[in-house]
Amino acid sequence: MTIPQERTMPEIHNYTFNFGPQHPAAHGVLRLILEVDGETIVRADPHIGLLHRATEKLAETKPFNHSIGYMDRLDYVSMMCNEHGYVLAIEKLLGIDVPVRAQYIRVMFDEITRILNHLLWLGAHGLDLGAMSMFLYCFREREDLLDCYEAVSGARMHATYYRPGGVNRDLPDKMPQYQASRWHSAADVAKRNANRQGSLLDFIQDFTERFPKCVDEYETLLTDNRIWKQRTVNIGVVSPERAIALGFTGPMLRGSGVEWDLRKKQPYEVYDQLDFAIPVGVNGDCYDRYLVRVEELRQSNRIIRQCVDWLRHHPGAVLSADHKIVPPKRVDMKKDMESLIHHFKLMTEGYCVPAGEAYAAIEHPKGEFGVYLISDGANKPYRLKIRPAGFAHLAALEELVRGHMIADVVAILSSLDIVFGEIDR
Amino acid sequence: MDSSQIVLIAWIAVKIIALVLVLLVSVAYLTCLERKVIGWMQTRIGPNRVGPLGLAQPFADVLKLLNKEIILPTASNRFLFLLAPVISIGTALAAWAAIPFDKTAVLANLNAGMLYIFAVSSLGVYGVLIAGWASNSKYALFGALRAAAQTISYEIAMGFSLVGVMMAAGSLNLQAIITAQAGGIWHWFWLPLFPLFIVYWIAGVAETNRAPFDVAEGESELVAGFHVEYSGTTFALFFLAEYANMILIAALATVFFMGGWLSPFDGTPLAATFAFVPGFVWLLAKFGFFIFCYLWFRATFPRYRYDQIMRLGWKVLIPVTLVWLSVLALAIVGHLAPWFNT
Repeated sequence: MTIPQERTMPEIHNYTFNFGPQHPAAHGVLRLILEVDGETIVRADPHIGLLHRATEKLAETKPFNHSIGYMDRLDYVSMMCNEHGYVLAIEKLLGIDVPVRAQYIRVMFDEITRILNHLLWLGAHGLDLGAMSMFLYCFREREDLLDCYEAVSGARMHATYYRPGGVNRDLPDKMPQYQASRWHSAADVAKRNANRQGSLLDFIQDFTERFPKCVDEYETLLTDNRIWKQRTVNIGVVSPERAIALGFTGPMLRGSGVEWDLRKKQPYEVYDQLDFAIPVGVNGDCYDRYLVRVEELRQSNRIIRQCVDWLRHHPGAVLSADHKIVPPKRVDMKKDMESLIHHFKLMTEGYCVPAGEAYAAIEHPKGEFGVYLISDGANKPYRLKIRPAGFAHLAALEELVRGHMIADVVAILSSLDIVFGEIDR
Repeated sequence: MDSSQIVLIAWIAVKIIALVLVLLVSVAYLTCLERKVIGWMQTRIGPNRVGPLGLAQPFADVLKLLNKEIILPTASNRFLFLLAPVISIGTALAAWAAIPFDKTAVLANLNAGMLYIFAVSSLGVYGVLIAGWASNSKYALFGALRAAAQTISYEIAMGFSLVGVMMAAGSLNLQAIITAQAGGIWHWFWLPLFPLFIVYWIAGVAETNRAPFDVAEGESELVAGFHVEYSGTTFALFFLAEYANMILIAALATVFFMGGWLSPFDGTPLAATFAFVPGFVWLLAKFGFFIFCYLWFRATFPRYRYDQIMRLGWKVLIPVTLVWLSVLALAIVGHLAPWFNT
């Protein structure tokens, strides 16, 4: 006998709730629709696009070098690395040479950026799992690195420092100093300025000497902490095969035990002349991804050290001398007709890039950051396609969180290290 | 009613008001202390703008919260929504009636003082539960569910550890429990009841929903958990209740395991030297230490996951208390010196 429909109990559905876009652990503007059975996740549906700024389309309407600044704003915690990918693609199309000194500077700042990114990640990951002091400790070290950004480009975040053909200018010989004020006495300021007496390179070297101890400090708080391990070990496990199939790159892929790093596998700039190791995980869980990133902090520190040593002893040009691409010196413009013409042409029309297409990828702190550029021979790109690392990682979120608990969603989400600037573009 | 009764009632009312005022001021300064201490631990300065050294900060916070609009969600159950914070703060304050501050300074020297405190502080979870349900918000409901499960689990562990205290002291009266610990720092119950002391303290931190057991609020998961929909004064009441409960748990830890207002120098040659120090100074010093531990934990530990808290409570803490209760029973039966030989 069938029971009439209206007399049956109402079917109990799983609980659906909205996680974000305004949520302290949403890492920006992720909107996640979670379907839960008690506290267990049945389905997670990430919605993206809330930070879409049409970067790719904007780039089509501007001369090539005007878009460098947009790249900073993609992944806004690893600014110079984004610029690097874009600049490399233009250089590939132009076939222009980059002075070795500029390559070392780029590598050094790429690694500074990697530390910046991983420190922010570590702090945010700690905060998400409740270890809130980590956030402040990481920001203490970030402060010094942002000072390096500022010293070299004038901006603490959106540097726009790399150029096709090199970098905008050479490293400064002196660091900006703190000034005494109502709130900071002269003695206080002198203490804060102590490591800022020399050049930028001295300051960076001083940082690289202190930094390993700071990483040790972070590790004492987290690595062997039982609560930390309970929260991360065996959470969000990805097998190496799945990691490759899902398009993972960077620490997400290496955390699963796949030794893949563009700095080693497809060396660009001077990475093949530097000595560093690629850490890989074993289990592919949140804990391994944490360990990989922490080890990358140490390795990046090593690379920076080597770059500092090289840069000290090898002065030279940091921009290509090809003035069809690179603006001439201001002084030359005043007395040299050719330079004036170059300057006028570059500042009005920009430069034309030969027709063709190029894909340049770099080992971004979050994974492979690729720029695919099509030029039709004009002064603007015909099409620019950005391959953000985080997009593929976020796409795998549902697979990672299914069957875990709500608190694990937060752990997994932050272990993906996503930034919406690059995912939404 | 004759005049002597009226005087008595008035006198009690004065004592209650004095206690509540002192308590609320210490709660206010606890929030300030928390921000300062955590600030120092995190290489920050903490509040230092309002008043000298930022000491007027708590009052600024209170004024701000009192001035804010109380938002009542349309889908909420209005009566329960407003009742919940009242329950929270009411129970948090009521428990203080039985806390002894010195040999004679206690509002109500109840014979079943321990049971009273335990019962009243258990009622506090109703505030959280009702708040979560009445808000009619998904996050709040999650917070309430977690809080209920957590509090019930840890109440058991805490109850068992207090059974140990009761066995050792032979009384439920808080003054009697303190005097049973007389004789110096080695006679305090922390030593013979050490596992129970640890369990009590962990359970106490969990009961107050403080880090690393703050899953009911779970900033990064549930945004603010059970009080996500509360604002202004209603939020302030939850906030006050949380901090009043912290102080309460710290005070109880002192009373049950650290000899309450007893001097740590009793039984040593220094006892006479420090005899002039009034008992409540020792009491304050001891619970200052526990309060500091609360803040220290918050700055240090990551947050447990909800099911891990349950596992810790049921599979670790409760068995530990059961084992130690048996050990304790044997020690008492065997009149183990120096604690149980009288």
